Amino acid sequence: MTENYDLFEHDVLVIGAGGAGLRAVISASQAGLNVGLVCKSLLGKAHTVMAEGGVAGALGNLDKKDCWEVHFKDTMKGGQFINNWRIVEIFAKEAPERVLELEQWGAVFDRTPDGLILQRPFGGHTYRRLSHVGDRTGLEIIRTLQDKAVSCGIKTYMEVTFTRLLKDGDRVVGAIGYYRPSGKFIAIKAKAVVLATGGWGRMFKVTSNSWESTGDGVMMAYEAGAELLDMEMVQFHPTGMVWPPGVRGLLVTEGVRGDGGILRNSKGERFMFKPEYMPEMYRGQYAETEEEAHRWLEDKDNNRRPPELLPRDVVARSIYKEVLAGRGSEHGGVYLDITHRGADFIRRKLPSMYDQFYALGGVDITKQPMEVYPTIHYTMGGIRTEPESCATTVPGLYAAGEVAAGLHGANRLGGNSLSDILVFGRRAGDGAAEFAKAASHGSLDERQIEEEMSLMLAPFTCEGKENPYRLTQELQEAMQEGAMIARNEEGLSKCLQTILSLQERAKNLHVDGAREYNPGWHTARDIRYMLKTSEVIVRCALERKESRGAQWRTDYPDRDPEWGKKNLIAGKEGDQVKVSTRPMSEMPPELAKLFEEGK
Amino acid sequence: MDKVILKVFRGDSNGGTEQDYEVPTFEGMVVLDAIHYIQINLDSTLACRWNCKAAKCGSCSAEINGVPRLMCKTHVSDMAANGRPIVVHPLKTFPVIRDLVTDVSWNYRNSEKIKPLQLAPDAPKPLVMQQMDVDRIQEFRKCIECFLCQTVCHILRNHNVKEQFYGPRQLIKLANLDMHPYDALDRREMIRKEAGVGFCNITKCCTEVCPEHIHITDNGIIPLKERVADEYFDPIQHLIRKLSGADKKKK
Repeated sequence: MTENYDLFEHDVLVIGAGGAGLRAVISASQAGLNVGLVCKSLLGKAHTVMAEGGVAGALGNLDKKDCWEVHFKDTMKGGQFINNWRIVEIFAKEAPERVLELEQWGAVFDRTPDGLILQRPFGGHTYRRLSHVGDRTGLEIIRTLQDKAVSCGIKTYMEVTFTRLLKDGDRVVGAIGYYRPSGKFIAIKAKAVVLATGGWGRMFKVTSNSWESTGDGVMMAYEAGAELLDMEMVQFHPTGMVWPPGVRGLLVTEGVRGDGGILRNSKGERFMFKPEYMPEMYRGQYAETEEEAHRWLEDKDNNRRPPELLPRDVVARSIYKEVLAGRGSEHGGVYLDITHRGADFIRRKLPSMYDQFYALGGVDITKQPMEVYPTIHYTMGGIRTEPESCATTVPGLYAAGEVAAGLHGANRLGGNSLSDILVFGRRAGDGAAEFAKAASHGSLDERQIEEEMSLMLAPFTCEGKENPYRLTQELQEAMQEGAMIARNEEGLSKCLQTILSLQERAKNLHVDGAREYNPGWHTARDIRYMLKTSEVIVRCALERKESRGAQWRTDYPDRDPEWGKKNLIAGKEGDQVKVSTRPMSEMPPELAKLFEEGK
Repeated sequence: MDKVILKVFRGDSNGGTEQDYEVPTFEGMVVLDAIHYIQINLDSTLACRWNCKAAKCGSCSAEINGVPRLMCKTHVSDMAANGRPIVVHPLKTFPVIRDLVTDVSWNYRNSEKIKPLQLAPDAPKPLVMQQMDVDRIQEFRKCIECFLCQTVCHILRNHNVKEQFYGPRQLIKLANLDMHPYDALDRREMIRKEAGVGFCNITKCCTEVCPEHIHITDNGIIPLKERVADEYFDPIQHLIRKLSGADKKKK
């Protein structure tokens, strides 16, 4: 069989067109290079569009005391200190500039009475820090970056799915994939490649992620030899919709709690005030009475934040425990109530939440509480990168955004993902551009291309009977049961066995139909990455015998200081996943000092 | 109602036919759920676009019982009243690629021709803008590019003047830029000529189908028409410009 493929050439190839990918193409193209952008969907539909609450950066427009140092501290604490301190430092310092730059490119954020960008409070952030546009901040950011990127004269490949990175020796020199509409293959040769492919929440049953979040980017990097970091760290957002069934898992923005939303159980208790849910690290920093929490709505300087604004891992676990104890709502969640803020306020500040519940759930959130339960939301783990350049451990390969790791540690604070994609999208574009300027094109290996095309086409001719959708569902059920919010040795081991047997069965995947826009074929492709990513997550979760952030081991319920000094590394060794640990570098005194001064 | 019949268009650029599928229903089910049921259980080759399933990305546009809608936001129970089958077709104004997927690249090509915000040289950094000054452009920026307005617009749908008229989506984009407090470009020529604002005859069909409830015609297109009329068709303005020689100084 001789398959043809289209061949293109760029200095820098960016795979993924969410915020990180778009920001990377802008900087690579401003460096004067020829840039190609590949997106799996139409342009502007990537997951960034779903981000709601805001983008975190210490502009200090409302709280003058805010500064990068406090943002740095909040982020390290939220991540329970296994974040890379240098990545967090760069992030906290550069986030404000990246937000302001968006405004220069056309983004129109909500305003303060002084005409500056309005900032809202969010979980784990000491001050009002999230620049936002109602509850559709992600849309604002992706549209702004999309318009800017397109005006830079880049070449965009829409509805093209890449499946493998191509290597010349140790170096990544391009990639191969297929056009969804025609089903034909396409290879792109590049001096440097930026992966900005986002996260992998799709392997869980209850998820806020779209069909795209299958882990293909992270697995392409893994297959190419890149090191992965803390892959067990998967974020459960505390508030996903629970009813009706078709919208289960859909995100309810943290902005609801930021704007005063109250969590109650079926007994009417505001359970986040229970002392057992308050982590030692945050004791004394949150309101201790409902009265204080109520006063905070109007006077933020003299009152402490309500405990509904604890970091996401804490709130998600508390909801889980309430429901487990039989204090759940009608459909197995808890109640989130914002009605006390009044209909005008709600419709102005949370318009898309209002629409979402009204249109999809038949609930008027200005009059009734919402029902919510944790949903898979974000992946903190991912490709290990250099803080300054976003270079991975593979020459010529860069990574930014959710696919990369190191910034969020064991738990991401809300609002930090949007500034992550801006800060490190830009740096990855610059890093790749610098590499590309010094390099010449490598050569594409026809054997790798042939191999990949045969692998892709195999399900059409395979005589097996496995259905890609069924396999996906079985995987999602196994991950939901064994690797969700409360984990233990037994559940994880069982989950791993299921994954391994599904990997065997996946060899017998069969699909019907033609190659043109065939969703069954595409799903057969996805499952390869989903199964491998799941295996890595579960192996790392088994290895980390402690509870920290998103990783809650019921059989190891405490934080282990030894685990706070190292990261888990996963890499490919032959056909095996090799999991090891690597000591973290020590925080320099000037940063460590910040935690002592209480600044 | 425990099941429903969907009549879904199956075909490609060479044409196609409706095919019937029987789908079990559940509470709160939307049309996109039914399409997914078909893909998983009945025919894995049925092509459609979707991403967020939360009416935020604008990918799953289709014509449901003849009306352009987002499949993720349209309840099966509303569409199948009295046991009627639900008819799902691709957007009529754009060429079919396969089944419910259409070629919407024309929209992207026009969008590219619109120059992004160009800040006035004296714009402060950071920008200072009052909420009341940005309220009206924030409305336009809610657009999720689902292109329902484009498919329903009879100028495009029935008269197919795609070479002369950009359609409501791009006019809204132009309105956003034109009304930005610090945009320095004079966009009137483009609004009139390339984008063809004059073609719109204000039937407001676009506003009716907009899932983001943007008042496309009233708040966007009509003010653009007025801007253009002031510049090109106001006889007094015209006379003043002639006498002062202002029309020779191109901004």
